[in-house]
Amino acid sequence: MSFFGITRTTLTKDVRLEWRSKDAINAMLFFSLLVVVIFSFSFDPTAEESRRIAGGLVWVAFLLAAIVALNQTWARELRNQVLDAYRVSPAPANALFLAKAFGNFIFVTVLEALMTPLFIVFYKLRALGPTWELLPIAALGTWALVVNGTFFAAISLRTRSREIMLPLLLFPISIPALLGMVNATTAILTGEGSARFWIALLVAYDVVFTIACLLLFETVLEAE
Amino acid sequence: MGDVQRIFYYHVPSAWTAFLLFLINFVASVVFLIRRDTKADILALVTAEVGVVFCTVVMATGPIWARPVWGIWWAPTDIRLNSTLVLWLIYVSYLVLRRFSTSSKTASLAAALAVFGALDVPLVYFSIWFFRTQHPSPVIGGGGYLYPAMARALLINWAAFLCLAWLVCWTRYRLEVVTREVEEAQALESLLEGSR
Amino acid sequence: MNYLYAAYVATWVIHGTYLAILVRKYSKIRQEMESLKK
Repeated sequence: MSFFGITRTTLTKDVRLEWRSKDAINAMLFFSLLVVVIFSFSFDPTAEESRRIAGGLVWVAFLLAAIVALNQTWARELRNQVLDAYRVSPAPANALFLAKAFGNFIFVTVLEALMTPLFIVFYKLRALGPTWELLPIAALGTWALVVNGTFFAAISLRTRSREIMLPLLLFPISIPALLGMVNATTAILTGEGSARFWIALLVAYDVVFTIACLLLFETVLEAE
Repeated sequence: MGDVQRIFYYHVPSAWTAFLLFLINFVASVVFLIRRDTKADILALVTAEVGVVFCTVVMATGPIWARPVWGIWWAPTDIRLNSTLVLWLIYVSYLVLRRFSTSSKTASLAAALAVFGALDVPLVYFSIWFFRTQHPSPVIGGGGYLYPAMARALLINWAAFLCLAWLVCWTRYRLEVVTREVEEAQALESLLEGSR
Repeated sequence: MNYLYAAYVATWVIHGTYLAILVRKYSKIRQEMESLKK
């Protein structure tokens, strides 16, 4: 079976399994909703400056939702020793990684798609800059979080306090990407300044770390 | 600036030492990933630990210097302080990974993280640099130039800190080698006891 | 001027703490080596 065939099969399997047991999805959707509500109570949406900080708020909320989604990335593989079976099989480790990463990307994007209208409603957001640029920013930013998140989730499998280990490893490394996402979004929302540099930074970040993850995932998978 | 400026002679060489140690850590991690040499792994661990110690000194002396000079404890737009902060965070997370890992291949996982951290450094620098150009800075630029006498004092201080770093690293290295040997002996002993 | 002393103190407290940690690890390992020899 070809590399992408394996990726696609694993991905479809994951999506189908998630779709069948909707409990986890529903819980996470509700969590995302709660995050938006908490934020709107904590950070006054009626204030003049809300347009300036909205970029940061939105991405922190997305980050929290992403962590919840990422933490369960490998949970299913651990039960029934599926991970060991994968190591023994001739399938390339990267196919598994990409499948998981794409799956997380889809999942986090769904969460974002739910949270965004709520933010728009609560904060009366309206983009003063070129709105269409928000799409590549969202995609690049989400991929930045998800690609490293999936990788570090795999590392965290081999540690105690698994759930706290993931954000502990992910947050410092993600700081440049976070700066990129937040500032790009703020630039579009406020219409001041250009998001171009930040988008270029996000592209560079995504390229560098996607390559790094693909090169090193095999090492992580083999670490028993 | 007066006497307070002398903090500079501790702050800057500590930063250079920390950067040097982290660079060695990166090289050692890559060597480990390629060759699986235990010595490289121990060197990575040692330089990470001592590097974090020096980086903590930088993080402590930075605000102590900033407060009297700039009037504020921290400047979100200062590129050196913020880049070093992120570097500190990355390496602290490296040490946490080492301590919390239950895998027998901790070394590989840690080495992978070190590579990620090193790749991140230029991205961190550029992102903060651009952030600074977009935001008004509460402090004025770099702050003066270096008189030759000052440069000489700085280098002498750096040499001294490097000696300290080397001594501490060497001690820690020996300690780690002995610790691992003892752990192996203990493991062997419990195996033998179990089979009796 | 006080800030300068604070910086010196901070620096050596941090280095000292680390060295104290190393000393503690060393005595622990010494103990374990003794117990192994028996």
